[in-house]
Amino acid sequence: MRSKFAIVTVCLLVIAGCERENREFRQPPSASEVFNSIQVSGLHPGGTSPEGGPAVPNPYEESAYAVSEGKRLFAQYNCVGCHANGGGGIGPPLMDNVWIYGGEPGNIFATVMEGRPNGMPSFRARIPEFQAWEIVAYVRSLSGQLPKDVAPSRSDHMQVKPSESSMSPQRPTGITGAPESHQ
Amino acid sequence: MSAVRALGLSAATAAMSVVAGCRGQQSVMDPAGPQASRIEWLFWVVFWIALSAFVLVMLAFGRAAMRSGASKDEPPLPIIKEPPGDRAATVVVGLAVALTVIGLFSILALSAVTGAAAAGPTSKNPVTIQITGHQWWWEVTYPNTQPDQIVITANEIHIPVGKPIVILTKSEDVIHSFWPPNVNGKRDLLPGNQTAYWMQVDKPGIYRGQCAEFCGYQHAHMGFRIVAESEADFSKWQQAQIKPAKDPSDAETIRGRAVFMSRACVMCHTIRGTDAGSRVGPDLTHVGSRQMIAAETLPNTRGALAGWILDPQGIKPGNRMSPNPMPPDDLNALITYLQSLQ
Amino acid sequence: MAVIEPIAAPPESVADQLERTWREPGGFWGWFSCVHHTTIGIRFMVTAFIFFLLGGVLAALIRIQLARPENGFLGPDKYNQIFTVHGSTMIFLFAVPMLFQGFGTYLVPLIVGARNIAFPRLAAFSYYIYVGGCLLLWIGFLLNIGADTGWFSYVTLSGPDFSPGKRVDFWAQMITFTELSALGTAVCLFTTIIKHRAPGMTLNRMPLIIWEKLTISAMIIFAMPAVMLSSTMLLMDRLVGTHFFNPAEGGDVLLYQHLFWFFGHPDVYIIFLPGAAMMSTIVPVFSRRHIFGYTPIVVATVATGFISFGVWVHHMFATGLPQLGELFFEAATLMIVIPTALQFFCWVATMWNGRVQFKLPMLWVFGFFFNFLIGGLTGPMLASVPVDLQVHDSFFVVAHFHYVLIGGSVFAMFAGIYFWFPKIVGRMANEALAKAHFWLFFVGFNLTFFTMHILGLRGMPRRIYTYPPEMKWGSLNMLASSGVVLMTAGILVFMANVFWSKRNGRIAGNNPWGAGSLEWGTTSPPPPYNFLYLPTVNGREALWEADPNQPVVTGLRVDVRETLVTNSLDSEPDYKEEDPAPSIWPFLAAVAVSILFVGSIFTQWAVVWFAPLVIITLIGWIWPKGRAPMRRRAEERWSQ
Repeated sequence: MRSKFAIVTVCLLVIAGCERENREFRQPPSASEVFNSIQVSGLHPGGTSPEGGPAVPNPYEESAYAVSEGKRLFAQYNCVGCHANGGGGIGPPLMDNVWIYGGEPGNIFATVMEGRPNGMPSFRARIPEFQAWEIVAYVRSLSGQLPKDVAPSRSDHMQVKPSESSMSPQRPTGITGAPESHQ
Repeated sequence: MSAVRALGLSAATAAMSVVAGCRGQQSVMDPAGPQASRIEWLFWVVFWIALSAFVLVMLAFGRAAMRSGASKDEPPLPIIKEPPGDRAATVVVGLAVALTVIGLFSILALSAVTGAAAAGPTSKNPVTIQITGHQWWWEVTYPNTQPDQIVITANEIHIPVGKPIVILTKSEDVIHSFWPPNVNGKRDLLPGNQTAYWMQVDKPGIYRGQCAEFCGYQHAHMGFRIVAESEADFSKWQQAQIKPAKDPSDAETIRGRAVFMSRACVMCHTIRGTDAGSRVGPDLTHVGSRQMIAAETLPNTRGALAGWILDPQGIKPGNRMSPNPMPPDDLNALITYLQSLQ
Repeated sequence: MAVIEPIAAPPESVADQLERTWREPGGFWGWFSCVHHTTIGIRFMVTAFIFFLLGGVLAALIRIQLARPENGFLGPDKYNQIFTVHGSTMIFLFAVPMLFQGFGTYLVPLIVGARNIAFPRLAAFSYYIYVGGCLLLWIGFLLNIGADTGWFSYVTLSGPDFSPGKRVDFWAQMITFTELSALGTAVCLFTTIIKHRAPGMTLNRMPLIIWEKLTISAMIIFAMPAVMLSSTMLLMDRLVGTHFFNPAEGGDVLLYQHLFWFFGHPDVYIIFLPGAAMMSTIVPVFSRRHIFGYTPIVVATVATGFISFGVWVHHMFATGLPQLGELFFEAATLMIVIPTALQFFCWVATMWNGRVQFKLPMLWVFGFFFNFLIGGLTGPMLASVPVDLQVHDSFFVVAHFHYVLIGGSVFAMFAGIYFWFPKIVGRMANEALAKAHFWLFFVGFNLTFFTMHILGLRGMPRRIYTYPPEMKWGSLNMLASSGVVLMTAGILVFMANVFWSKRNGRIAGNNPWGAGSLEWGTTSPPPPYNFLYLPTVNGREALWEADPNQPVVTGLRVDVRETLVTNSLDSEPDYKEEDPAPSIWPFLAAVAVSILFVGSIFTQWAVVWFAPLVIITLIGWIWPKGRAPMRRRAEERWSQ
């Protein structure tokens, strides 16, 4: 009886703990080339759009360390220069539920890697793909879409906005000018 | 050779190697400047006081234990109600306490004196160096009122011999600690808190130091070196560091710069004289002139540079530099370019 | 006609009646309802020892990794978790729970001549909360949520920006668990010592170990809130978004260090003083005389407790605080050596003028002397600010604190275990195994930690997962790592000794050492009611000063759990009080509080949802059980 109780407790904790605390320091170089099903253009030859299939998941959205890396890179690669801390400026805000080019992880990844018309630069070959995925995870946390225990808490700088873990979720609503995206 | 002789010989060898080995790089017992010397002297004074106390107390314990000759295998002996020696013992204990107080007070007084002396060879005209701690490297800036005379480098600190140096300390992220044992004690680098600390080196040479406050994954690999050289050499070095990067002239080096500019390198590193201006990672304008790379982890050689650029996470897992897989020709050109940045 | 009469049951003896009243409940739920101090004390000791072993395994892993330069046995992430959990386990889950809570809960009521500890259900609750803290830290560690920022977890490394995930939150909440547990035990022991002493045991006749437990209880009550505050502030910074430690918004990184070390330094004296008190207990027994300098040792113990609150900044000398302030704390740190030195001199004087029979526990007294002296004498080196600036955060400090903690507490703990083993178990420990244990552990310990002094002086900082071969630290590190083998062997021999002697040791009898304190005046092991009749006391060593017809306390009921409360200074009988019966509510309350604490790591709402649960269990706890108030009314006792 006591042992059953212990097993159940351990299982619950396992489910709670496993992914969040993963820290992968070393990505094998070949892992960078995996995600090929993201399109920039909405046109495609016959059949269902690759994005009509199962959504491209972000492998890093469950790891708190990866999201915190994304937060660090967001500042260090100067995303803040155009997007500020999510409020936007030269670039559009990232804290709201309006995603010009789609708010799914695959869309944001394509935005970062390929760039977009109207000023978003392309970071392909400037940053490894795994770092782009980390940034994607962080960007999604800016609109409160990550679980509270994974999203970063307050930062050690001047507070210009609520911390990502205290944002209420802003799910992506309508999108304009984007390829047919999996909702 | 009998067991006792063997034991004695190995103990003696161990003792000698311990004492001999105590000198050298990064050793508290091998001072190169006035502060470290005074501290070493004070350490030995306290050590001898401590050793005498230890020997006396342990001898007293041993004698006390064996004095009465009672056997441990007998049942418990009857209680001694009023031991006759207690009156004398009171005097002895009193004297022992008095001796302890005197010893401690001397340590206090000597520490105060040593501390005051070590706290600063003050000077109206010191060499000022700003050390900023990052995870896991040291940003070294020589401030100057004229902006074009400011020197920014990383992990390698050049100073002139025999002159007082003031180190201004701060941190960009977590608490680090700047510790060059051959030169002086440590000073913590605190975020949000700038402090100043003096040092001076009297013997020319290279003195390694290391971060001494746990700061994350690569705390173990956050070293630095102090290069103490003559006034003339120091000025020469400083003048060379102020210049922007040399423009490449041959094909290989030009290709190397093109690789640097087109890949991820520019996202984090500055090379003054080019378009690369990011302040995230160490300044590489004169990286070729440095003796070690990766914060005293690797020598500045082609092979080490190649390994570091391709796979920094394999060498310092958890550090902030991303892997940079690239074709070998690009890599070779890049390394040639970096080594040309003297 | 023959009349068949039922055979009358023989009249029950006092002992049998007391046994029936006081015996521990059996069965599964009965295990969770025990409230007698001997049961809880043994549970603390066994659990703390298990965590001592687990912490030791982590230490072995650390030494394996550091045995060679650039070793690949552990990566930085795992190494950081291992050394943090090692330090946190040893300090929070082993040292205080074993020496203060374990030995204290078991011994104090016996030594003061009471039937049970004061507030028995609070003592039980303290144990369950302590286990909650152990499980939190270790289940976290086994699930990759192990704390990884050092056992004192400085900000800003442990802040929200640089420690993502829940690791630091688990660590900080573990502190809350263990400090709550220590506070509970401190309240119980303080009250027991003040109000439950045997008649005649005035303050002037209290055994030194009781003086020490009194001092420690007061220290815990003053020191623990500081660390609960610092860990709660850290948790709030991480979870709620406060800025206590955020310099950009007006917070201060050093505030954390001050708050932590205000607790941290008294904590190490909370760990050392029990060891010293055990020396004060054991040395007179084997010198066959009263301790020399009873009053000076009492004053020294209390003075150490006081002064320990005034030295905390010596952990922060390298932060660039003003010189005059640092000098003040250096002076206080040097001053605290004086009471400890006085205790050492008194022990030596006791032995000098006594007839020393060097029985088994005295071997460990020798180990204590040798090792704690080395550690204590590197103390002034660290107290001196200039020297500290060189050796702070290097392996020299690691050597120092292991010498004082292991020398001062682990060796003393083993002395206490071998001394009280006959009392707790009823049999003598095996001498040969015990001697092997001592020498293996002693030699291994010195091999491992003495070399660290030298490594520190040669510039090796602490908390590094590896080091370059050019520094030439490899051979000394290898030597240090080899000592672990001997220490492990020693501990294994100890465990073999315990298991063997429990069954096969020589029967001990009441007082195999001929000691003088009251716990040796009852059977080994003590019955569940401790003493058949509560004793009275004539002098500092109760049994040595006892008359042939020493009076005992009569008039306490044997059919209910009745205890005697005496007055604080002179220990004259004051009134009779009924002790609580075994109860499941302390366990349930601990579970509820644990759920609340663990839930609050994940969401603030846990406090709201689970607070009612805690309140319900507390109501169940204090709900009057009906019989005791009715008995009081029957006896027309209207005031307590």
